Amino acid sequence: MIYEASPIAVVCFFVFVGVTLGLSFFLGRKAKSSAGYFTAHGQIPWFVNGVAFAGDYLSAASFLGICGMIAFYGYDGFLYSIGYLAGWIVALFVVAEPMKRLGKFTFADALDAKFQSKGIKLVAGISTLAVSVFYLIPQMVGAGVLVQPLLGFPHWVGVVLVGTTVILIVVMAGMVSTTWVQFLKGSLLVLFSAILTVLILVRGLTEEEGGADGHRFTTLGPLKQTDVDSETEAFEAELAEVWGIAGAKVVPAEGAWANTSFVRIARANGDPDSVWHIDTRDDGVYLSETQTLHKATDGTVLVNGKPKGSSKGEPELFQVGHLSDLPGEATETGPLGPLEFFSTLEESEVVLWGNQKLSHEDGSTTTVYFQKPTSGSRILQPGTHPRFQGIHSDKLLDKINLLSLMLALFCGTASLPHILIRYYTVKDEASARKSTIVGIATIGFFYVLTLYMGLGAMTSGTLDVTNSNMSAPLLAYSEGEWLFAAISAIAFTTVLGTVSGLILASAGAVTHDLLGTAMGIQMTDEQQVRVAKIASVAVGIIAIVLGIVFQELNVSYLVGWAFSVAASANLPSLVMCLFWSRTTRQGVITSMAVGMTSSLAWILLSADTFEKVYGLDPELAIAPFTQPGIVTIPLGFLILVAVSLRTQATGLPGKDTAGLDKG
Amino acid sequence: MSIDRRNQQIGLGLFVFYLLLYGGFVLLMAFDAQRLQVMGPARVNLAVWSGFGLIVLALVLALIYGWICRARSSADSVDTEDQA
Repeated sequence: MIYEASPIAVVCFFVFVGVTLGLSFFLGRKAKSSAGYFTAHGQIPWFVNGVAFAGDYLSAASFLGICGMIAFYGYDGFLYSIGYLAGWIVALFVVAEPMKRLGKFTFADALDAKFQSKGIKLVAGISTLAVSVFYLIPQMVGAGVLVQPLLGFPHWVGVVLVGTTVILIVVMAGMVSTTWVQFLKGSLLVLFSAILTVLILVRGLTEEEGGADGHRFTTLGPLKQTDVDSETEAFEAELAEVWGIAGAKVVPAEGAWANTSFVRIARANGDPDSVWHIDTRDDGVYLSETQTLHKATDGTVLVNGKPKGSSKGEPELFQVGHLSDLPGEATETGPLGPLEFFSTLEESEVVLWGNQKLSHEDGSTTTVYFQKPTSGSRILQPGTHPRFQGIHSDKLLDKINLLSLMLALFCGTASLPHILIRYYTVKDEASARKSTIVGIATIGFFYVLTLYMGLGAMTSGTLDVTNSNMSAPLLAYSEGEWLFAAISAIAFTTVLGTVSGLILASAGAVTHDLLGTAMGIQMTDEQQVRVAKIASVAVGIIAIVLGIVFQELNVSYLVGWAFSVAASANLPSLVMCLFWSRTTRQGVITSMAVGMTSSLAWILLSADTFEKVYGLDPELAIAPFTQPGIVTIPLGFLILVAVSLRTQATGLPGKDTAGLDKG
Repeated sequence: MSIDRRNQQIGLGLFVFYLLLYGGFVLLMAFDAQRLQVMGPARVNLAVWSGFGLIVLALVLALIYGWICRARSSADSVDTEDQA
C-alpha cells in the first residue's frame, strides 16, 4: 500500500507528543530526589497507578500486534490476549504485596531483602537490562511501523523520533511523569478502542469482492481443464473462450516457480504476467487472483509486475480483508449485537491472505500473496497461525511448543521489571493490591475488545497485506480520518509510554543494582539521579539502534522472546524468595543466571530465529522447538532448589526469607 | 495469624483455582481442540466463550480477593481498637 500523510493525523500526533512532553516538563520539577525520580515518592494514587499499569502493559505488541494477528489469522491472536491477561493473576495473588513490602527501587530489592548480596544485585541488574532491551526492540520497531504511514517518514526516522522523545521524558521527570503519561495513554487507548468496537458493531458485516480501494479480486472456476502442465493448450483455450482472457499463454513454471501452486499467465495485450493461485475446493479447481511483490537486486520493486508507485493512483498492492459470503441470501447485516457479531461470522466466509516467498537464482525475490477463502467457524477456532500449528498437529513437539508459549505468557507478566517497579510508586501494600485490581479491570476490558477490533479489521477491506501491524489504525481509517488520527496518535503514545517505563527500569537497575551495590560505588542522592539520567540516554540510544536493525521482525514475535527470558530468569527466584524460607543467596544467583542464559540460548538456537534472523534453513535449528519456557522456567526452579539445598550451611538459615509474619 | 499471612493464603488459593482453569483451557486446546468448536449459548462457540470467560473470571477473582482483604483489614482494625 502507498501511505500518504494525513494532515489531521500529523496535527493529532504532534499535539499528543507536545502534551506528553509538556506534562513531563511540568511534573519533572517536582522530582529532584532519587525517591522522587524512581518511585514518585510512593505517592501515586492507587487508581491512577492501576490505569498506569494498563498504560505500561498495553504495548505496541498488544495493540498493534494482537489486533494485526487476529485480523490476519482470527482467534489465534486472541490467545495472546488470554495469556497476557492471565499473567496478571500471578502478579496480583503472588507478587504484588510482597514486592511492595520488601522493595524500594528495583525488583532486585525484593530478591535481596534477606541476603544483602552484591551477586544477587549484579545478576538481577543484568537480567533487568536483558529483559528490558528485548522488550524495547519490538516497541521501537512498532514506532517505526507507525510513523511510516502516519507522517510519511522512513522507518528509522520513526525509531529515532520515539527514542529521542522518550529520552526527553525520562530525563526530565522520571517516574512521576512516566506514570501520568501511562495513565493518560491507558485511559485513551481503552476509551478509543471501545469507540472503535461500537462502530464495528454498528456497521455490521457486508459481503464484498475486494477491499475498500474498490479493486475486485477475480476468481475463475470451477475449471474444466485442471492439468496445467500436460494439457497446457486446452487449459489456455478454456481461459480464452470460457473466462475471457484473450490470448492467454501459460508461462512455464521454471526456477523458483516450479512445484508451486501458482500459474503465471501472459496476455496478448502486453500487460505484465498475472499470477494465479490454483485453489482446490470441494466442487472443483479454481484460479484465484494473487498479488505479487518482486524485489530485484538493484532495489527495484515491482508490484503486480509494474514499478511500485510513490503516490496514490500509481501501482500499489490492493487493500484486502473482505467477507465473501454471509449466511442466507443477505449481503449485509446492519448493526449487530456483541454476541450476534460472532454467531453471524461463524456462518460466513472470509477471504484471508497467505503468502509465499520465492527466491530466484539472480538473487531477486518474489512474494506472492494469495487468497484463502476461510469459513467463519474456522476463523473463530484456534490453530490457523503457523505459531499455533501444534493444535492441529499430530507431533508432540508442536503441542509442547504451544504449551510452552502459553506458559511463558502466564509467567512472564509478573517478571517484567517495568511492571514490578510500579509497585513502589504507591504508598502501601493495600494500594499495590488495589492498583493491580484496577489494572486487571482495564487491561481485561481492552483484551476483550481486541477480538472485536481484530475481526472488524479482518472484514473492513482496509488491510495492508504486507503489514499486519497496521491493521488497527487502518481499521480506524475505515471509520473516518479523525478516528484514524486519534488511534494512530494513541498507538504512538502507547509506544512512548512503554518505552519510557522500560528505560526507567533499566536506569534503576544500572544505578542501584549494578553501580550502587554490585560495584559498591557510593553516590549521593543527586548523583544517583544524574547517573540514572545518563543511563537512560545510553539505554535509549541502544534501543534506537536495535529498533532500526530489527525492523523486519514481527512485533509480537519479539515480545514472546522478552516474556520467555523474563519468566525464566526472574520468576523462579522471585517466587522462591517470597515463599521458600530455605532459599539461599547462591541458589538465587545460579537460578537467575541459568534461567537467563538458557532461555536466551534456546531462542538463539531455535527454528524461528534460524529462519527469521539468520536467514538459514529452520531444519538446521538445534533447539527441538521454538518456545523455551516449558523447559527453562522449571529449570530455574530446579536449579534454585538444588543449589539452595547444597548451600544451606553458607546461607542464612533460620531467618524468614519472605519477610512475612508467621502469625 | 497476621493479615499479610492470611492475604497470602487466600491469594494462593485463588491463584491455584485460576491456574487449574487456565491450564485446563490450554491443555484442551492442545490435545482436544475439537471440543472448542461446540456451540455454546447465543450460537457462539466454546473457544470464544472460554476466552472471554478466563478474562472475566480473572477480574471476578481479583475483585473477590480485594473485597476479602479489605473486609479482613477492617475487622482487624476494629479488633485492635477494641483491645486498646
